[in-house]
Formats: sequence, C-alpha cells, structure tokens
Amino acid sequence: MISNERRITPEQVAEHGLKPDEYQRILDLIGREPTLTELGIFSAMWNEHCSYKSSKVHLRTLPTKAPWVIQGPGENAGVIDIGDGLAVVFKMESHNHPSYIEPYQGAATGVGGILRDVFTMGARPIACLNALSFGDPAHPKTRHLVSGVVAGIGGYGNSFGVPTVGGQVRFHPRYNGNILVNAMAVGLARADKIFYAKASGVGMPIVYLGSKTGRDGIHGASMASAEFGDDSEEKRPTVQVGDPFSEKLLLEACLEIMAKDCVIAIQDMGAAGLTSSATEMGAKGNLGVTLDLDRVPTREIGMTAYEMMLSESQERMLMVLKPEKEKEAEAVFRKWGLDFAIVGTTTPSMRFIVKHRGEVMADLPIKELGDQAPEYRRPFTEPPKLPVIKAEHVSAPMAVADALEHLLGTPDLCSKRWVWEQYDHIIGGNTVQRPGGDAAVLRVLEGPKALALTADVTPRYCEADPFEGGKQAVAEAWRNLTAVGARPLALTDNLNFGNPERPEIMGQFVGCIRGIGEACKALDFPVVSGNVSLYNETKVMGEELGRAIPPTPTIGGVGLLDDFGKSATLAFKAEGETILLIGGDPGWLGQSLYLRDVCGREEGAPPPVDLAAERRHGDFVRAIIAQGIPTAVHDISDGGLLVALAEMAMASGIGASLDASPAGPSPHAFWFGEDQARYVLSVPAPQAEAVVQRAQAAGVAARRLGVTGGPALTIAGERRVPLAVLRDRHEGWLPEYMAAGL
Amino acid sequence: MKARVTVTLKTGILDPQGKAIEGALRSLGIDGITSVRQGKVFDIELEGADGAKAEALLKQAADKLLANTVIENYRVEILS
Amino acid sequence: MNSAVLVFPGINRERDMARTLRLVSGHEPAMVWHADRKLPAGTDLVVIPGGFSYGDYLRCGAIAARSPIMDAVRKFAADGGLVLGVCNGFQILCEAALLPGVLMRNQNLRFICREVYLRVERSDTPFTRGYNAGQVIKVPVAHGEGNYIADSGTIARLEGEGRVLFRYSSPDGMIDPNWNHNGAINAIAGILNERGNVLGMMPHPENHVEAVMGCTDGRGLFAGLVDHLARAA
Repeated sequence: MISNERRITPEQVAEHGLKPDEYQRILDLIGREPTLTELGIFSAMWNEHCSYKSSKVHLRTLPTKAPWVIQGPGENAGVIDIGDGLAVVFKMESHNHPSYIEPYQGAATGVGGILRDVFTMGARPIACLNALSFGDPAHPKTRHLVSGVVAGIGGYGNSFGVPTVGGQVRFHPRYNGNILVNAMAVGLARADKIFYAKASGVGMPIVYLGSKTGRDGIHGASMASAEFGDDSEEKRPTVQVGDPFSEKLLLEACLEIMAKDCVIAIQDMGAAGLTSSATEMGAKGNLGVTLDLDRVPTREIGMTAYEMMLSESQERMLMVLKPEKEKEAEAVFRKWGLDFAIVGTTTPSMRFIVKHRGEVMADLPIKELGDQAPEYRRPFTEPPKLPVIKAEHVSAPMAVADALEHLLGTPDLCSKRWVWEQYDHIIGGNTVQRPGGDAAVLRVLEGPKALALTADVTPRYCEADPFEGGKQAVAEAWRNLTAVGARPLALTDNLNFGNPERPEIMGQFVGCIRGIGEACKALDFPVVSGNVSLYNETKVMGEELGRAIPPTPTIGGVGLLDDFGKSATLAFKAEGETILLIGGDPGWLGQSLYLRDVCGREEGAPPPVDLAAERRHGDFVRAIIAQGIPTAVHDISDGGLLVALAEMAMASGIGASLDASPAGPSPHAFWFGEDQARYVLSVPAPQAEAVVQRAQAAGVAARRLGVTGGPALTIAGERRVPLAVLRDRHEGWLPEYMAAGL
Repeated sequence: MKARVTVTLKTGILDPQGKAIEGALRSLGIDGITSVRQGKVFDIELEGADGAKAEALLKQAADKLLANTVIENYRVEILS
Repeated sequence: MNSAVLVFPGINRERDMARTLRLVSGHEPAMVWHADRKLPAGTDLVVIPGGFSYGDYLRCGAIAARSPIMDAVRKFAADGGLVLGVCNGFQILCEAALLPGVLMRNQNLRFICREVYLRVERSDTPFTRGYNAGQVIKVPVAHGEGNYIADSGTIARLEGEGRVLFRYSSPDGMIDPNWNHNGAINAIAGILNERGNVLGMMPHPENHVEAVMGCTDGRGLFAGLVDHLARAA
C-alpha cells in the first residue's frame, strides 16, 4: 500500500487544475490520498483536453456511422473505406495555446502531433491542411504570430515530407489573445491493416520507441485547459520543441515493422505523454500495465517519476510487439537510428502501476482512470435570435464595382499565397489541385481515384446563431468537396470555443453541435474523429469576464473522386462560354462580409441553411461534373456571388460580361448576398440551355448570369473592373502587410 | 576536457539572416548597432587532458564537418 | 537505364523520383541505402533526390555528404558515370565537393514552393539533350536554401566554361531579379562539374513529367538521359 510522504494541499490540487469536487472524486475512487505522481496522472487524464468532460455528453449525439466508416471517434483518428482495399485515416487537432506562446514550435508540434495520430494507425500521411485564426492585423502581436505559425507549419511538414495542400486563414479582433491553429492530417492505409492501441496478451513487453524523454510540456495538457492571464509570457518553458527529422525516422520505422507484422498494439505519446498512452493501451485491452520508469530513455538527469509520466516530449511511440518478432523489430529500429527500450509489461491485474527506483509511485485502477473522469452537463443559455436584416434596409455606401475592389483586398478575402507558398504542396507528385481552389485534390497512388480535402467554417455565423452556423460549417465543407466533383464521405471536427463554465459559451457549443449533427445526418456525412479546444478566452484588465473567441467549429472534410481526370476547377477556361448561377438569389446580407467590411456592421441573423436544398443542388452539380459538362465550377460562400465570379476570373485571366442584376433584390444584395446552397458554373454556350432545363427539372433554380471573356469584369450598368486591378488588390494585401513589419 | 568551436561566415559572404537581425534590433529601439553576422557555437566535451592533442582533433572535426570551409571560418578554444 | 536512387535518413522525395524514372525509362530504379558501400553493378545513373536529409542539421546536406555510400558515388563520378542531384541532392553534391559552391538561405529567408521558369542554357549535354538551347521550361521549386553562392573565381569559371545549365528566368527567357525567387548569383539554378557528368539543380523536374499533373516540361531531362545512355550502350 503506497503512502505519501507529503500531504497534498488544496493549493496543489488547484495548481493541478482540479476542482475540489473532482479531487473528492479521486479520493472516493482510490479510497485514500493520492501520491504526488498520482495527482499528476489524474490532473493530466481528467483535464478538459484529455477527458472531454465538458463536451462528451454532447459529442455523443453526433452521427458517426455510415457503410464506408471503418472506425469512428474514439481512436487516434477516424478511418473510412474508399474501395480497392484502401482506407483513408484522418483527424484534425488544435494546438492553440502553445502557438500563442511560441508560434513556431507551437504550430510545428501541432503538426507533428496530428501526423503521429495518423501513422500510429498504420497510414502513411499523404496530406496536411490547417485552419488558422489570427487577431486584428493592427494588433502588435499579429504579424509575429502569423510569421511564426506559418514558418512552423511549413518547417515541420516540409521536413517530414508531407504536402500541405489547403486550409483557411482568417483575421478578427476576437482572436487577439487566443489564436487558433487547427492542423489536419490525412493518411492512406490498407483497409485490412489498421492498427489500434488496444493491447492484448498478458505478460507482454511494452516497448518505448523514439526521442528521449525530457521536461518538455509538463503541465501542457493542463495549460491547454487554463485561460490565459497576464502572466502567460512566463509559460514559455512548457512548450515542446518538435523535431521533424526524428518523426520522419519514426514514421519509416513504424511502417516497416507494421509491414513486417511485428505489431500487436501501438499508440503515440501525445498530450499527457506516457500516462495517457500506457493507460489507454491497457484499458482498451482489458489489461493492467506496470511501468518501470528506470528503463525510460531520458535526456535530462534526475527526472522524477512525476516528470516522466507527464512529459510531453515529442516523437515518441509506445507499442506491444509480437514476442517472436521482437528481434526483427529491433533491427528496424537500429537501422533508423531510433532509441527503444522495454519499459513495462501488461498484467492481468487491471491496475496501472508505476515503479521508479524500486518504489511504487502510482497504483491506480486502469479502466476507472479514464472511465471515471468527470462528465459534466454544464448549464447553458441559448443566445437571443438576431433580427433578419432585409436587403432594402441596407443602403449601399459605394458602387458595386468599388465594393468588389475593396472586398478582394480585405484580410479575409485576399489571396493567401504568401502563406501557402511556404508549404511544400507538390511533394509526392500527387497534388492534382493545389491551394487556391474550393478543395485540394490528391491522386490516390497511381489513380484513377482521388481524394478531395477541405477545412472550413464561418465563425461569425456561429456566433450569430450557433445552430445555423453549425449546419453551415458542415454544408460548406460538403459544398467545397462537391464543387471539385467529389462525393463527400466523412468529416473530422475541431471545435474551438471559450470557457464552458459560462452558460452563454456552453450554449454556443451545444447549439453548434446540434447544427453539425443535423447537417451530418441530412448529408450522409458522418463525423469520424475530432478534437475539442475550450477555454479560448483571455482575461482583459478591468473586465470581469474573459473575452472569448467567436465559436469556431472547424470542419475538415474528405471526399472521393472516381477519376481524378474528371475533377472540376474554378478558373474559367475559354472566352464566350455561358456563366450560370445554380441556386436562388434572394440576397441575404445579414452577417455577410459586405455588411461587415463595406458597411461596417457586424449584425443580423446569418443566412439560413436549407439542408434538403444543399443536397439537391450539390447532387445535381456533382452529376454534371461527372459527365464533363461544366468547364469551371465554384461554390459561393464568403463575399457572395460577385466575389466568386471575381475569383474564377482572376484564376484564369479571363473576365466576364455580366447581365444587370434581376429586378427585385437590390443590386448589392444580389451580388454580395451570402445565401447558401449555391454554385457558379461556366458551360459551353450551346449546352447552357440544356443545363438550365435539367437543373429546373431536378428542382434546382438556375439562371444565366452572363458570358466569359475580356480583360475585365463588366456588369451592365456598372463601371468596368479590370482584372489587373482586382489581381493587385487580391494578391497585394497579405505580402504588403507582412513586409510592413520588417 | 571542455572546448568550444566557433564557426563564422567568411567576410564577404552575404548573410541575409544577419541583416534581418540588424533590422529587428533597430525596430526594437536598440540603436547604435552597425552590423550583425550570425554564426554557430559548438560546445564539446573530450576525453583526455592533452590540450594540444585536443586542439588538433577539434581542428580536424572543424575541417571535416563542423565548418564548410568554402564559406566559413572557425576558431578553437580549450575552456578547461 | 539502370538508375540508382540514394536514400539518406530524412530524404523524402525518393518516391517521386523513382516514379519518374520508372515512367520515363521503363525500368525500376534501385533504391540504395546510405549506409551501403557499393552501388549496384551496372548502375549508369546515380540520382540524389530532394528532402531534408538529417533534418538539414549542421548545414543542408552536410552530414549526408559524409555517408559511406558517397565514396562509391565519388568513384563512380570519377569513372565518368552520370550523377544527378536535385534540391537536397544538389546541396549534398556541393558538400561532397563533387560540385563547387554552396547553397545558402533564400534571400527572403522563407521557404518557397512555386512554379518557376528555367532557361536551358545548352542542349549539348546528356542532361539537356531533350531540350533546345534557350528553351524556357516550367518546373516547381520547393526549398528554403536554394541561393547558389560561390566566390568570383568559381563563378567566372562556371560561366566561362558554359557549366551553368539552368537559370531562373521570366516566361520569355529574360534574366530579371523579379524572376529570381531565391537571389542566386547570376540566377543560377543548376550547374555541371568540370567533366560534364555531374549535374546539381535546385528545381524539381521529376514533379513535372505527367500530363495529368498539368505540365510535362521536366520530362525532357529524363528522356534525354535515357536516350544518351541508350546510344552510349
């Protein structure tokens, strides 16, 4: 029976991020006071990041199944079947707080962590995406954060050798003290060779592979759950430093021993390092685990059991190997120059026992450590419904042409080339569609299949109406995949919110989840993996409540194309083609970028999402793409119709002559309204009429907008907008902004 | 035995990193710095106690690997 | 063509290169581990692909250049064998003293991945016989350290002896700082050794050989090599 030499004080409990009632739960569970090491273990396993205690009850309501889903949430990543014996393994994760503190390493280790989650299941990573949210460009820290985060993502991904092919970058003052770095990784595996964490067999050696353990990130998982105060500058020492070279060696070694059939169970050491990986391995396999910390390779002298259990040193894996294959595995580890050691065994006892220097430092019930983590049904309030802004109540402060030029040069709509040119998006030789389109398209092996990938969300919609915003996030990801011709298969969600102990924030979370769930169901687009990041708030001097980020539930979508040669792109292809609008044109300005960035108003209810219409319109567009009918396809989102048209023109250098807006909606509402479920197509003139009729027969509104051609966008009744001017604005904002800081 | 090998760029080799650092120092209000060139420091522990032997060994290490003698110079110091 | 692709820890474009060699030559290349001391018998082309060998630690290519296999490569080159180093491969060849000069940090200090235009300076080499002299090809680059630097004597010799094979240019072949993304001296993108059998280049021709990927301008380099080796055989 172990005992503590020192009493655990209430201050220590609080320092470990545990509430008094949570501590009482520990006492009740183990029937005695915990040792300091055990307290550390509980604090890591029961914090928000690892236990999902505030979100679990709601996450359970999400649809997670479909005939093509092999593995839903609950493992390192989600797994879907794409036919031909192949599976796609993917997940998105956040590394928000560390990236604010040390942008390069925070972002780099975020990428490293998500890559490990994918290859630990036996999949070779083939693509990364990332969704980044930064504060006000005028805020003194923003440039430094953008520079560091982008360099860190590129630095890690490029060196590791995976193409980074897509994502989002947005700027808003509400992210000033809390930037968001959501990293998504996608890997390819054989559907019958997926590896899980579940250990099996009693008395099996547990093998540690990878970098030596240091003091990195101790209390990192706890940091992920604590709000930032004025002293966050001092949290620097707890950020881990990533080594993509080690991770590359780890990847090759792991894939090799998996191919050689040496592995029974494997788990990467991520948040809460050795603690969470070892307990999960045992608990999932209904086995106990005994660890001998004297055997753990360390790079610092005198590390305590506490430190070793909580260390978040990167690039480490834990595995159970087939005993008859151990020698073979060792040879592979040596070939790749990796440290490995046998650090424990599986036992029949269902206890998690940690020994160090001959003493038992922890002895805990292995299943209950995870199962008995608190689960909260936190009180929540729904936000008030915002009024619908009628277009006729919005006067246009400037001409349509001027508004377009202005919008294309704003931080949210401008070209992000400055960002994605720092990512190797070509390595692998399979990137059919590079950054800049609706979705990235990657050939699968030698083809003909291809994957379409996207990461998307519209936070201002989620804040205005969490339910509609949640629906819209999923619908837009689904639309992005459809617009390149892919059949959307499944998604991963990275839910970033403020402090869940505040009922209004919890209300945002609950509302978004409800909306996400509804859209997943209607679109047959299940959630197979995900991550929750809460407490994204900053205490501001003089304010009682922390200032929270807008609710940002990022959706990472994966779709499949049967023939990569048939994918659609958004650039106009030829002059004299007919431009068609698919979907209606009522002109919704509430929460639009036009209303915000041209009129200066962040107001109104967001555009409602009609899921049946999304399905109908999208299925129609996908069908005609498969038949090779449209020459260009783009879905309409931020900025509305005219921004979509401008993007198609700038990408091609081919302009357009557009008919005047139809009578009824005010012109600015027609051109900039953000009504949902809509696409723009270009088709050869002789086929236009047939396409319109086919659409209408399918219950899809369709109308002719104009004709491609010329060096400008010309709207009847408005001044000409030369493409050269649009390009300058579009490409100019971000590089000029970043250069201004030098 | 403790030693230090310092590797620096040869004069005339362009150092854009050094230039960037100069600019950053200026924008932090640290004036009066006219030039920065970035180099590398290797802190090395060796067996034995013979200083001359150690220096010769470290010169070899620098020539063969630690410095790219096309563009870099090096300096060897025995610390203890 | 019996090509050998070298694999060092951290190299990550070996599969891109192997696929291209297979597609263009019809033969599967041998993948050679850095710790081996011998090249496969009958090798007629050694390729050092791109990546971040040894994490770019110390200097790009510095540690890889001192690997056991490089002795065999040096001998192979001394005997007249053809060697192609791409990106990290170019850096490794310079560190191994098989080519002069050094690749330093891009002048804007950032990693750059984009399509660039290269002017092919000569067509009378095994590597460029698939092109016309003066032809402009479009090829991707993806590097943070591609800024070619050498002392003035070396540059004079390279230029004087026509050993600069590729230069960064505008789409119509003009040499212009706006079209030199990394600041390399004289817009040098690829150079030949004195004997003309070793080529190092920063851009990635192996990523532009399939029509489905949008451009096949890189194919000429490999097709030319296949052709040259077939005639020499």
